[in-house]
Amino acid sequence: MTVEQWTRRHILQGSAAAAAALPVAKEAQAAPASRRPIRKEGTHMTAVGLTVNGREVHLQLDPRTTLLDALREHLHLTGTKKGCDHGQCGACTVMVEGRRINSCLTLAVMHEGETVTTIEGLGTPDRLHPMQRAFITHDGYQCGYCTPGQICSAVAVLEEIDAGIPSHATGDLDDVAFSDAEVRERMSGNICRCAAYPNIIAAIREVAGEKKA
Amino acid sequence: MKPFAYSRAASVEEAASAAASVQGARFIAGGTNLLDLMKLQIETPTHLIDVNHLGLDRIEKTEDGGLRIGALVRNTDLAADRAVRRDYAVLSRALLAGASGQLRNKATTGGNLLQRTRCPYFYDTRMPCNKRKPGSGCGAIKGISRSLAILGTSDACIAQHPSDMAVALRLLDASVETVGADGNRRAIPIADFHLAPGDSPHVENALRPGELITAVTLPKPLGGTHVYRKVRDRASYAFALVSVAAVFGKDGKTRFAFGGIATKPWRVAEAEAAASRGAKAVAEAALAGAAPTAQNAFKQQLTAQTLASIYRQQEA
Repeated sequence: MTVEQWTRRHILQGSAAAAAALPVAKEAQAAPASRRPIRKEGTHMTAVGLTVNGREVHLQLDPRTTLLDALREHLHLTGTKKGCDHGQCGACTVMVEGRRINSCLTLAVMHEGETVTTIEGLGTPDRLHPMQRAFITHDGYQCGYCTPGQICSAVAVLEEIDAGIPSHATGDLDDVAFSDAEVRERMSGNICRCAAYPNIIAAIREVAGEKKA
Repeated sequence: MKPFAYSRAASVEEAASAAASVQGARFIAGGTNLLDLMKLQIETPTHLIDVNHLGLDRIEKTEDGGLRIGALVRNTDLAADRAVRRDYAVLSRALLAGASGQLRNKATTGGNLLQRTRCPYFYDTRMPCNKRKPGSGCGAIKGISRSLAILGTSDACIAQHPSDMAVALRLLDASVETVGADGNRRAIPIADFHLAPGDSPHVENALRPGELITAVTLPKPLGGTHVYRKVRDRASYAFALVSVAAVFGKDGKTRFAFGGIATKPWRVAEAEAAASRGAKAVAEAALAGAAPTAQNAFKQQLTAQTLASIYRQQEA
């Protein structure tokens, strides 16, 4: 490996907090050859086609590649974060076919032909999604590492409440309505180590109010 | 993860046949538990057979007034299904008490039945565990056992069954429909589906090699009041220390099933026979034969208090 082939990733390897400070790529671009993941011996590469943030992409992947790694390492959509990589923290939350899931606990090959929306697909710095704007207004983060997952999850939570999907906090299973208790319960799969929870709830409450108005 | 081959099955029969004929093959559905275990190399399949596209994602009425739930119905969709909310609320409540919104969107009915224990010794490949590595011993019995089972245990294993959904299915007398590697179909009563560890804790259920769960059926609705009470270390997104599923039936019969305290979803006829004598009598009958460790003995009192709370709510 020459000096030129070193990327920020190599230098920052092992430091998730430092990686969080990297600027987010505005859109997926074809990776230069030097940045393509190295093919491992003895693995069969599999063709996978996805629609990511409205754009069709075609990848050749080791079947072990999680959707999270496909997004980050192959499409360079690094807004979606790898926290625990075991479905416990929610930092990797994205929408697949309109539903929020942990992208670390699913294989990219399982999503052939499906539609994925990441934080980059919700809004851009110039055209923020209302939930992104509300997180800024209410200071719904500190370090920001969990924020893309929090925002993707929050957008999906409001859609789930609108669709009448009940939760553990729902009193009457047939009467689903927005409340802070509902948000706390439904957002429990997104951990924030900075404990910005009160401000996250304030942001979601504001967007829920806007949707009703 | 260890390398594996990946393929999509074209039919349930093909999936079952392929799974039986390929050494080390496993089905993958939601993958939320299997991929977690593969990353830790606790599961090391050589071949994953994707069963997500076999049309097993429907919920339909059965001829005898019950419900057939496809094995690939997601936990979110099952909990939100109108018929389940109305007629089997204990199942909706149990599902909603489990995991997180993201996981429930992916996790399936069949996969939930097959999810593996969260015993810390099962999860730590440096530790002995008879379930993960038969014959290696049990680190939990004399180790950190606070979360583990007090019922259905053996000298080989005290791992608790983690599912909330399965506790409700046990209470509802569900049946697990399968197709075998030979193409034959059968229905396994939920009571016979999960196995207590005995001296072979690595054998967790009645499925034969290659056998694929296609559906779970529920008998006709019981009516009455449905309750699922889960007690855990935090208010959401945690496994049960104790959970109690209860249906106070219109027929005067009360049914109970228990989670978090046993090696399989736990139901005791004597506990239900004691229902009219109150929470204390039910707890005594349900906990008969309990073999707690010093660390998890508190689960006996917690079970009794959870039952008492359910009774108070029911009487109010």
